[in-house]
Amino acid sequence: MIFSLDPHSRIDSPVHRLPAWAKLAAALALLVATVTTPRAFIPVGVVLIAVVALSRIPVLFLLKRLLLLEPLALGVALLALLQEGGVRIFALIVVKATLCLLTVILLSNTTPFADLLRVLRRVRVPALLVTTLALMYRYLFVLAEEGERMRRARACRTYGVGRSHAWKSLASVVGRLFVRSTERAERIHAAMCARGWR
Amino acid sequence: MHIPDGFLDGKTMVTGAVLSGCALGLSVRQLRRRLPRRRVPLMGLAAAFVFAAQMLNFPIAGGTSGHLLGSVLIAVLLGPGAAVLVLTAVLIVQCLVFADGGLLSLGANIFNMGVVGGVGGYAIYRVVQKLAGGLRGVIMGAAFAAWCSAVLAAVLAAGELALSGTAPWTIVFPAMVNVHLLIGLGEAAITVLVVVAIQRTRPDLVDPSAPASGPLSYRQVAAYGLLISLGLALFVSPFACAWPDGLERVAETLGFAHRAAAAPLAAAPLAEYRLSWVRSAPLATSFAGAIGTVLVFLLAFVTARVLIPRTRTEPR
Repeated sequence: MIFSLDPHSRIDSPVHRLPAWAKLAAALALLVATVTTPRAFIPVGVVLIAVVALSRIPVLFLLKRLLLLEPLALGVALLALLQEGGVRIFALIVVKATLCLLTVILLSNTTPFADLLRVLRRVRVPALLVTTLALMYRYLFVLAEEGERMRRARACRTYGVGRSHAWKSLASVVGRLFVRSTERAERIHAAMCARGWR
Repeated sequence: MHIPDGFLDGKTMVTGAVLSGCALGLSVRQLRRRLPRRRVPLMGLAAAFVFAAQMLNFPIAGGTSGHLLGSVLIAVLLGPGAAVLVLTAVLIVQCLVFADGGLLSLGANIFNMGVVGGVGGYAIYRVVQKLAGGLRGVIMGAAFAAWCSAVLAAVLAAGELALSGTAPWTIVFPAMVNVHLLIGLGEAAITVLVVVAIQRTRPDLVDPSAPASGPLSYRQVAAYGLLISLGLALFVSPFACAWPDGLERVAETLGFAHRAAAAPLAAAPLAEYRLSWVRSAPLATSFAGAIGTVLVFLLAFVTARVLIPRTRTEPR
């Protein structure tokens, strides 16, 4: 089973129908505006709210994603509190970081990753990197699930053993996962050649 | 450790992007020449592997858990050139798909974790591995390099945050580095255990003399070295120079306090004490880092001693 990383990237809306390069460029422009100018976050916020409304992505889903990622930003932002005028800097950073997060979340949920890769290829990002990204995206959860399956099987057989043993058995799961990944890569290479990959 | 957007200013983001762009260019150039065609899919699968390995949580005391970061592991298994490419791919997907780490801070993040973790970690690994020799050297090198990569990435991230004016160096440096002195221990332990596990099943995959992406030429070593030292010089050294300055100023304040009898008696000692404490926090952290480096090196040595005889005597 492969579950979708960006469940809303393929619904139909005016935003989804825009070409991927335009969305990537717009996202970059919004990010640059938010980060580099002190007062741009109000218009950026208005634009983002308009995009949310147009894109028909459930607001609750976006809020959940934001809440999930916000602690990471808050942790670093807390350090800013410990200086002179820290509260202002802190508030500014939190607002900016939240807008940036929302921008990237909206980008990934209105644009399929394959389309983004096509844009990268067109702007002359090395083919090796694009191939790596494409294969990584495809096999992310295949491998994550394989690892989880091995971990569960190991945990069933060594139930209730001490922590040091748990570390060793988990490490052997990770090691085995790497060996399996290299073997899978060889099979994938054969399959790619069979389909006429250069 | 992933720096989100909104924390770095323009100059820091551009510097980070230029440095990691150059490193990525070097890596792709090298791979295009040296990487066999049949190994191209391995790059993607290795990136997916790093991601999957990060999802397996290792239990730490008190119900908390940590996970592998993987930069040194991948450098040991695939070589430095491939490590930069693989870690870049991991960071790009984490940023674009999971919004973990900013899109504009991507350059800085790739530099901290991919370039310094991958190439810098690999350099440390190779030096220690050659000094100690054999499989024992592999283990010792991997452990020491894994710890160093975690700490170095934290130092660089602290420097970038301070350079952007997000948080003062005196606070962000101790906070980031002290935490990563500990995280590095976990990273070293997991890296070593995984390397040993792979070595037991497929010793050919952990051969230090033949990494998958081929050996580096001297010119490439020089180029990577230049990039990393440039990064350290730009992001960290402005603050490193401030340390003796900070000490001098504390001495000045204390000397002044000694001479000036008319100064308000009640408030001053406490205020000065706090000031000197805040100023000396980075100094204390650097001392802790230096002592930690020696300790971890010894620990790596002991780990290699303990782990290796057992693998030799154990029946296969």
